[in-house]
Amino acid sequence: MTGAEAKRFLSSSALGLVGCSACGELNRALECECSCWCCGAPLQRRKHESLSRSWAYLLAATIMYVPANLYPVLQSRTVAGEESHTILGGVVALWRGGSWPLALLVFFASIVVPLLKLLAMTLLLVSVHVRSSWRLHERARLFRLLEFVGRWSMLDIFVVAILVALVRLRSLATMDAGPGALAFAAVVVLSMLAAQSFDVRLIWDVAGRNEHT
Amino acid sequence: MSTARKQTNRLVACAECDALQRVRSLSSEELLVCFRCGAHLHTPHGEHMHRVLPLTLAASVCFVLANSWPIVTIEIAGNHSATSLPGAILELYRQGAPGVALIVLLTGFLAPAVQLGLLAYALLSLAAPRRFSMAEVFMLGALVSLVKLAGVARVIPGIGMWSLFGVIVLTAAAQAMFDVPEYWAKARGD
Repeated sequence: MTGAEAKRFLSSSALGLVGCSACGELNRALECECSCWCCGAPLQRRKHESLSRSWAYLLAATIMYVPANLYPVLQSRTVAGEESHTILGGVVALWRGGSWPLALLVFFASIVVPLLKLLAMTLLLVSVHVRSSWRLHERARLFRLLEFVGRWSMLDIFVVAILVALVRLRSLATMDAGPGALAFAAVVVLSMLAAQSFDVRLIWDVAGRNEHT
Repeated sequence: MSTARKQTNRLVACAECDALQRVRSLSSEELLVCFRCGAHLHTPHGEHMHRVLPLTLAASVCFVLANSWPIVTIEIAGNHSATSLPGAILELYRQGAPGVALIVLLTGFLAPAVQLGLLAYALLSLAAPRRFSMAEVFMLGALVSLVKLAGVARVIPGIGMWSLFGVIVLTAAAQAMFDVPEYWAKARGD
């Protein structure tokens, strides 16, 4: 669809209407704080302070990304000696162990997806700030992808949780969660919160596609 | 199926780009997507709303089983060790990782429980607990752990593992068929 075609649409906010985020019913937008006529959920034309909150979560996630990758997530003590694994080290160990399909899966979930999320959120936020109308549809799709894959990065944390509880054979072997695990879990949750705070409709708003007909 | 579904020419605003558009009805087996940005305008399997409650109840039974039985047992040289999900959380906490324990508790246990609870009550917007509810990610994590241990120990999947699989499939099915506009149309009685 070309830009001119996209302009033929009328947004609900241009007509003074608000779609309820809980039940989808259209409401007349008032200046006051009000609630949906149908289900009673609080109405918001756009998510409250969407950009500042999204930036804050994204910044926090980016900061946590450093310790998450530098510190070990898992420390194992066996009869053979002590070993520490970082996120990347765990992928390498799986690869060397011969289970390369699983190594690829963990590589995507733990390395590619978190990095992609941080970069993609930055791109979306910057593009809204500069009021870009560049590749609107691709950006809308990017956001959908982001929401879909985000949760799968939690994989490594669950692996650590199970291994730590399972490998409790006093003299033979024990495993402990390393300091990197909390940082990594924080990256996953914070970047999900960043995506959740972001109001996708802003992409269309700032491109001038929602106020004019 | 219901009278509300026969409403024609409904006006809806796309939740993702705010474009106003008329749709013939929000029922339909066909997938309704926004004319401008391509977002889904309704729940794709919403016409099976009557199946939500039985699926939710079945998922809840599996959820209880999944959390009361071991997910896996390992055996090294005659030594057995087993863990369930609550056991894993407790162990993380005991070993000085309360932060990680809290996050696993929230996403692996509480969020799926809340999601099932809310589906059963069907009262609130389901977006938030659904996104943070990660039973299937936990399941995959359990499988990765098994492969990691397969070299050093004999690994026996437990009842918890199979029940967790049930939770994932049944919750996904129930959630997919929960149609919010249909729910409110029924509540209003039209």
